[in-house]
Amino acid sequence: MKISIQINEGPYQHQASDTAYQFAKAAIAKGHEIFRVFFYHDGVDNATRFTVPPQDDRHIVNNWASLDIKNAEGEPELVVCIAAALRRGLVDDSEAQKNGIEGNNIHPAFRISGLGQLIEAGIQSDRLVVFGD
Amino acid sequence: MSTKKFMYLNRKAPYGTVYALESLEVVLIAAAFEQDVSLAFIDDGVYQIVEGQNTDGIGMKNFSKTFHALGDYDINQLYVSAESLEERGLSADDLMPLIYEDEDDDWAEKPSVKIVSNAELSKLMSDQDVCLSF
Repeated sequence: MKISIQINEGPYQHQASDTAYQFAKAAIAKGHEIFRVFFYHDGVDNATRFTVPPQDDRHIVNNWASLDIKNAEGEPELVVCIAAALRRGLVDDSEAQKNGIEGNNIHPAFRISGLGQLIEAGIQSDRLVVFGD
Repeated sequence: MSTKKFMYLNRKAPYGTVYALESLEVVLIAAAFEQDVSLAFIDDGVYQIVEGQNTDGIGMKNFSKTFHALGDYDINQLYVSAESLEERGLSADDLMPLIYEDEDDDWAEKPSVKIVSNAELSKLMSDQDVCLSF
């Protein structure tokens, strides 16, 4: 089955991202395809490469990166909503330049894109599973 | 691209959290994909379309006017939970008069909002291909 996932909550604050990660891992292990994971609302905070959890805790950002979810063109299909990300201080190189900001904090296993990617995931997938409050 | 039935479930009050605003942003983008789009307002979500919102005192953007634009995007199926309204002491008269122009009926102005029971909402939800919950 082709599955997409939407994550609406930030890491560590809320279980949504952890549960979604376990779900995605289990789905892949069962032979399902994860078409796309879309990070929205505070969920965009799951994509910052500046995350440094204590050593005895899980690293949620790296957990997601380790799933290596990519499309046929090799682009990451861990997709961060651009509007939600910019509002909350997450930028990639291109957005940093456009907005006159130095540096960037999006983990390379993720990419920033528009909300259309969420709708497209809903259209293309057999299931869209939402994690959040 | 195929057409699917998308329902957006709005369950939270408009300004306490960002869910309502960012849900509306998704709905407006979704309009460009020519899908069958409907919205449901449940629990505190019913406050999102209450008439006479004023955010002057809290310094936040009053985005309630955007709901009036939905009709122009062919989004005219807005379902409101009757039970959620009643639990909050609200009635149909407290809601914004959201309308659309029906192109199949000489562009007559018609109400977009339908008040339905939770049982009817449950049936509507089970008819959807995709339910996005905010």
